[in-house]
Amino acid sequence: MNIFVIMKRTFDTEEKIQIENGEVVEDGAEFIINPYDEYAVEEAIQLKEEHGGEVTVVSVGDEETEKQIRTALAMGADKGVLIEDEEIDGADTFTVQELLKAYFKEQEVDIILGGNIAVDGGSGQIGPRLADQLGINYVTSVTDLKIEDGTAKIEKDAEGDQIMIEVPLPVLITAQQGLNEPRYPSLPGIMKAKKKPLETLDLDDLDLDEEDVEPKTKTVDRYLPPEKQAGRKLEGELDEQVAELVSLLKNEAKVI
Amino acid sequence: MSKQLVIGEVSDGGFRNVSFEAIAAAKQLDESAEVVGVVIGESVASIAEEMVKYGADRVITVESDKLKEYTPEAYSQVLMEVIEKESPEGIVMGHTYIGRDIAPKLASKLGSGLVSDVTAIEGSSQFIRPIYSGKAFEKVEIEEGLQFITIRPNNIPALEKDEGRNGNVEALDVEVKDLQMIIKDVVKNTTSGVDLSEASIIVSGGRGLKSMENFKILDELAEVLGAAVGASRGACDAEYCDYALQIGQTGKVVTPDLYIAVGLSGAIQHVAGMSNSKVIVAINKDPEAEIFQIADYGIVGDLFDIVPKLTEEFRKAVVS
Repeated sequence: MNIFVIMKRTFDTEEKIQIENGEVVEDGAEFIINPYDEYAVEEAIQLKEEHGGEVTVVSVGDEETEKQIRTALAMGADKGVLIEDEEIDGADTFTVQELLKAYFKEQEVDIILGGNIAVDGGSGQIGPRLADQLGINYVTSVTDLKIEDGTAKIEKDAEGDQIMIEVPLPVLITAQQGLNEPRYPSLPGIMKAKKKPLETLDLDDLDLDEEDVEPKTKTVDRYLPPEKQAGRKLEGELDEQVAELVSLLKNEAKVI
Repeated sequence: MSKQLVIGEVSDGGFRNVSFEAIAAAKQLDESAEVVGVVIGESVASIAEEMVKYGADRVITVESDKLKEYTPEAYSQVLMEVIEKESPEGIVMGHTYIGRDIAPKLASKLGSGLVSDVTAIEGSSQFIRPIYSGKAFEKVEIEEGLQFITIRPNNIPALEKDEGRNGNVEALDVEVKDLQMIIKDVVKNTTSGVDLSEASIIVSGGRGLKSMENFKILDELAEVLGAAVGASRGACDAEYCDYALQIGQTGKVVTPDLYIAVGLSGAIQHVAGMSNSKVIVAINKDPEAEIFQIADYGIVGDLFDIVPKLTEEFRKAVVS
């Protein structure tokens, strides 16, 4: 099987966000594979273990992203592809859609796996956009996946409901939490990963001009939400506290 | 005068409230716009007029037995036909599991930008949306062409319902064909009838609940309040509840009017998913727990004493 993963490098979820002049400060921050994409990498490797084939991890980002691609290779992916977006100012979801399309239209695909959302931008647009551009079906927020006789049997989370879906390959799916438990790279895996192929592509390599990928949206500002003030801890006998809380919610906060 | 298309969403025979919020959002994009509602499904014509009462000028309905369950294939065929027929200047829909799933596909077909998960609109063209799961916000513009957004439920208030408003409801025939995706089964979530993303009150539990059995005391509290039940990652990892309930940077991001955090410490990942709730109550036996830093009201003590008492007290308050 030709298995592909689309993956993003993101801030570690433990990081506090700092903003200067409308830009997120990246200095000193820890970066990781977007946690949802990590489920996608794991699932891809499991598919390969069961059905054979090759896992290619594709990421749009800067050269730092090589580190996260190497991590995926150390987990067990076979090849990495980095599509550099450094020369593009303010890349948005449309930009990434066009970059990935340009790469994927040259590939033979059985399945593409990605994360349900990226924990930084959080739009969840790239999977459906890419699938549409490639003319293949997609299922988002997948919690279980089996492939039998060229058909994907999928369980999807829909706000707590579970939907069982069958769809023929090729298909793109996005991973939701619960799909699997991603493995840690083993030491031999890390050693092997250093020798695995990692190809870097730019606009020229993809036969694209800057106008082709010009973003449709523009972020004009970023800011932190107003800091929440610690409120008050109630005091007294437990019964009194409970009564006071209910009264406060009803009469002061007016939320019940 | 522009034309704004609002894609309504039906669940259990009625509109989800976010559909009405989307109408209000469309009017914010252009006060004088003609707002055209769209609602599609197996049998939706009888409720379509509701969109008019909440501010739509007219409504288009498309009915087909192939639209009974949502699939991106079938819905996109229908919605693209409506969009091409109407050529709107703007499209608004809810950032629900359907909106999240289909809006990017439509944007791809239309070659347009799309701003997802909008929580507020400034002026008529600047969209506020959370990034890093609510740790920060960004202000985004769609520089030219179609103004296409999905809005987060429970953030942009719907207009008051006006029973006296009239508008045309028009049925459109669309042939839905060549479907490859088959919905085999839908298993409804049985834990609570209230959806986390649209709930105005959420009762959320952490590791302090100590077991799956104990977690049920939250169900009772939630039932009295008409609330949804959520959980921290810790509680999900410990298998006290399903991952579908998880709130946080991985998991759902919620903004209810009232968030009651029970026996959870307030790890940064969890806080990212709920700190923009309007009122936060924390119940924890550790007075130093991080959650008290962001809570409006806190009770320090044993949750197993407090929660049943609270349930009783709310029961009285809600009845009176």
